[in-house]
Amino acid sequence: MIVTILDIIISGLLLGGIYAVTAVGLSLQYGVARVLNIAHGEFIMLGAFITFTLYTRLGIDPLISFVICGPVVFAVGFLLYRTLFTRLRNTSPTAGAFEGNSMLACFGLLFIIQNLAILIWGADMKGYTYLAFSVDFWGARFAANRLVTLGFAIAICLVFYLFLANTRMGKAIRAAAQDPETAGLMGVRINRVLALCFGFGALMAGLGGALISISYKIQPTMGLEYTMIALIVIVLGGLGSIPGSFLGGLVLGLVGSIVTHIEPGLSLVAYYVIFMLLLLIRPKGILGK
Amino acid sequence: MGLKKTKSKKIVALGLGLLFLVPTAAAPWYAPVYTVILLTSILMYMTISVSWALFSGPTGYISLASAAFFGAGIYTAAIVGKALPLPLMIVAGALVSACLALLVGALTLRLKGIYFVMFTFGLVELLLHFILWWEVTMSGTTGRVVPPAGNATVFYAMLIILVILILTVLMIRRSRYGLALLSIGENEEAAAHAGVHVTALKVSIYAVSALFMGAAGAAMATRWTYIDPRIAFNPLISFVPVLMAIFGGIRPIYGPIIGAAIFTYLEEFLITRFPYYYMLIFGIIMVVAILYMPDGLVGLTQRIWKKMARRNHADT
Repeated sequence: MIVTILDIIISGLLLGGIYAVTAVGLSLQYGVARVLNIAHGEFIMLGAFITFTLYTRLGIDPLISFVICGPVVFAVGFLLYRTLFTRLRNTSPTAGAFEGNSMLACFGLLFIIQNLAILIWGADMKGYTYLAFSVDFWGARFAANRLVTLGFAIAICLVFYLFLANTRMGKAIRAAAQDPETAGLMGVRINRVLALCFGFGALMAGLGGALISISYKIQPTMGLEYTMIALIVIVLGGLGSIPGSFLGGLVLGLVGSIVTHIEPGLSLVAYYVIFMLLLLIRPKGILGK
Repeated sequence: MGLKKTKSKKIVALGLGLLFLVPTAAAPWYAPVYTVILLTSILMYMTISVSWALFSGPTGYISLASAAFFGAGIYTAAIVGKALPLPLMIVAGALVSACLALLVGALTLRLKGIYFVMFTFGLVELLLHFILWWEVTMSGTTGRVVPPAGNATVFYAMLIILVILILTVLMIRRSRYGLALLSIGENEEAAAHAGVHVTALKVSIYAVSALFMGAAGAAMATRWTYIDPRIAFNPLISFVPVLMAIFGGIRPIYGPIIGAAIFTYLEEFLITRFPYYYMLIFGIIMVVAILYMPDGLVGLTQRIWKKMARRNHADT
């Protein structure tokens, strides 16, 4: 009994850790840069496939390839905001119009990135084995790669949180999150900060994707599902709240693991039910103000 | 003078409409089967795209639930298909879909902006995964067979649905409901203060738009003959008509129609040869359209037209 409960909790946290990393990224993009990035999952997929390619072709350890895949997706995100979204921001009459337009532009990006990936890597499922031995925890056994994934997920979120809380750039980002206009007046280089936020969001997605590729099979069309989960998590945690997204990710992971234990086919359905109930009852989420 | 001008404009529009409608309607008599099938999918996308623009165009609420309503029509057709004749089957699909929209609308149209978008998209995935789970665990088989109808029958069913839809849209636009809907899009609070029953109006127009998507779904189900949840609730049906409408231009009714015609033809042309390039090109056009054509193809032509007209005036 206790072993079963422990099993459920730990697999929930493993899943939740990945959800948390990707959702923190989306939260940053929506909460600060005001882009509801429907193509978020495509950045996750990019991160996963870059890690996959580096490991299978060049033999680079997936945990080391963070250093390569992170900056690549960051650059893609940063440049996209600098060109595409900045232009949209300047041409949209209101903040609401920008949200709508940028979301629709993200649909376009979704199709572009996904199909480029299919052309490069093919449409099949891919995967590799890494750290595929198991570790005992009071009788429950866990694959080492999943534990490493969880550890890294927590570490990534923690580092990012410290960055936001303690550095000058982090302060500028938090200021821009509260009120971009005023932050601009206070001397924050607002266009650069927003672009950085979008870049960091992509970075988190990329790292999340790298973590996913360690434990799960990957496919160029996997993005949309992760986008939806990340959306659910940021609504659960409160739109724009970074700690909320982290917490929401872990909570959703636990829910998924519990539901999977009871009725395996229903975990995605449970996510959507939670999501819809949340939107109806408490759209502000757990930590929303 | 002004009245005369609008009157003659109307006659021109009617004439142009008939000019397209008559050869299209006669297509099964002279065109090869392939063309009829292609025209049927064009009509389908036109229907979804125009119904989407009926609600989302004036109000500015971006609904991504089209696939849910379309799929509801398809599934209803699959369930009642053996018992009812085609017209009743389409009506059943339309009604189920409209009821779903009433329910969803009543629950969610209080949500603003991005929350509404997320909810409507969640709905598609919820239905998809729920029905998938239901079929796998409860009934043990995925997928259903729909009694097939002939190509020409499906074509005429879609054509009739589209014509009724266009007439409905024109009527709504000319009525006070159309104006009220526009005022919601401009400023919802002001509209409410001016006496527009905001929620009731939004929900009912949302249901009307779903009605036609459901009808289209039920009609198309008879052409596909075999359906399963992944075919019926394909998320692309939520995205693609939105892009078509935006590419064509949301505001005028012929905007989504033109967008749907161009994209469906492009799809047909490219998808058999280079399937991934089609989606890639689709994405690129989408981004370019949002960046450089805020009012769609129609807006762009109007802008160019105006520029040319002004030049003519300057010359004389």
